[in-house]
Amino acid sequence: MGNSDARRPTLKSMAVAAGVLALFAVVGVGLVALTEDSTHERIDRNEREFLLRSLNDVLPGERYDNALFEDTIQVVDADLLGTNQPVTVYRARNNGRPEAVILAPVAPDGYSGAIRLLVGINYDGTLTGVRVVAHRETPGLGDAIEVQRSDWILGFDQLSLKQPPLESWAVRRDGGQFDQFTGATVTPRAVVKAVRNSLLYFERHRDALFADEASGAASDSEAASPLKNQQEDRPHSQSETHSESEND
Amino acid sequence: MIKEIALQGLWKNNPGLVQLLGLCPLLAVTTSVINGLGLGLATTLVLAGSNLCVSSIRNWVRPEIRIPVFVMIIASLVTTVELAMNAWFHDLYRVLGIFIPLIVTNCAIIGRAEAFASRNSPLPAVFDGLMMGAGFTLVLLVLGGIRELLGHGTLLAGANMMFGADTDITLHVLADDSGFLLALLPPGAFIGLGLLVAAKNVIDRRLELRRQALPAIGAAASQAG
Repeated sequence: MGNSDARRPTLKSMAVAAGVLALFAVVGVGLVALTEDSTHERIDRNEREFLLRSLNDVLPGERYDNALFEDTIQVVDADLLGTNQPVTVYRARNNGRPEAVILAPVAPDGYSGAIRLLVGINYDGTLTGVRVVAHRETPGLGDAIEVQRSDWILGFDQLSLKQPPLESWAVRRDGGQFDQFTGATVTPRAVVKAVRNSLLYFERHRDALFADEASGAASDSEAASPLKNQQEDRPHSQSETHSESEND
Repeated sequence: MIKEIALQGLWKNNPGLVQLLGLCPLLAVTTSVINGLGLGLATTLVLAGSNLCVSSIRNWVRPEIRIPVFVMIIASLVTTVELAMNAWFHDLYRVLGIFIPLIVTNCAIIGRAEAFASRNSPLPAVFDGLMMGAGFTLVLLVLGGIRELLGHGTLLAGANMMFGADTDITLHVLADDSGFLLALLPPGAFIGLGLLVAAKNVIDRRLELRRQALPAIGAAASQAG
């Protein structure tokens, strides 16, 4: 008898407990939804501003007059752009003429994983600037690739595949002209290689990059063919990914 | 009462140094003073908010479902704070990144909800949240200061992320490139926290000895007299 007495309140109290829990869930979700609703415009604007600021670090805003955000295409080149995911290409134009592009390639072989970059390249193939967007390199050693930590990354400004010549696109330890950091060679090596590969990619695909409709994919094969010779001239000393890219 | 709550949060029962709660964000974020300050303020906000909510509902939530209710309250608050930071302190949000959602897992918060807020009225509960948060922030600041000073030779670098673009109050204390790398790496965080805990224990011991010594001296003096 005592048992059945105890059971009824338990069932009831379970229902009440569930109800209270559900009530709190609803209130909690409501609170989050309200906040989301009142902040999402501001957050979107922040994200856009942040991206624009990063893009303008690489390519000054006065150099172009088009809407950089809208004039983008997605391209895929696992060998030269470091990822098999689509890479965004921002196309800067001035008075309708092609001015420069900003690529967002990946240096896949950083010391602790991929390093994401922004590489700005003038129409004539010289670099407008390079910045690191995201990385997980060792603080104090590899993080000198950040512009806040050292001006090493600024050393890329104005360089191209001719100046310095292709074989000098490596850190000093590998016989190139770029400084490595004390205690960190892997990180600068990865960045130098990624920047060089971006330049190679741009050299091969330049006209296709500017010709394509916004947000269409650049067709690899057409753009690559006229520049096949260039490819074979490339030195073999540099890296594995590099030699793989010669088979494409 | 108020004095006792403050003393508990800031010193005697400090979440970082005594309860050793919330170590994950504490160790991960303290590479600079400003990072520590940002996470500390966010945590304090959540602590005060969750203590207030928990305390206001303490009389009509049954004990058997209190923990899931606390978890839901804390999770909603953290998400709200995260969205707000993303909207108003975007740069800092980028630096603190995943550690804001991780405030949910900071045991100090549910610990205070359970140990204090669910047994006290809202006003002391909020005050307890603020003081516990302040104690946590203090540890974040000191540990961040030590690591930033040793690792980068600066203090307060990156203040512009919190206080607007034109507040650069970075102090270059040591010469450039004199960084002591270990301080910035995870082991440095553990060693730094260990030293802080040790320092607190030493101070407590001294205070205790002095307290014991004082009456003894008094007694001796009265005997001699």
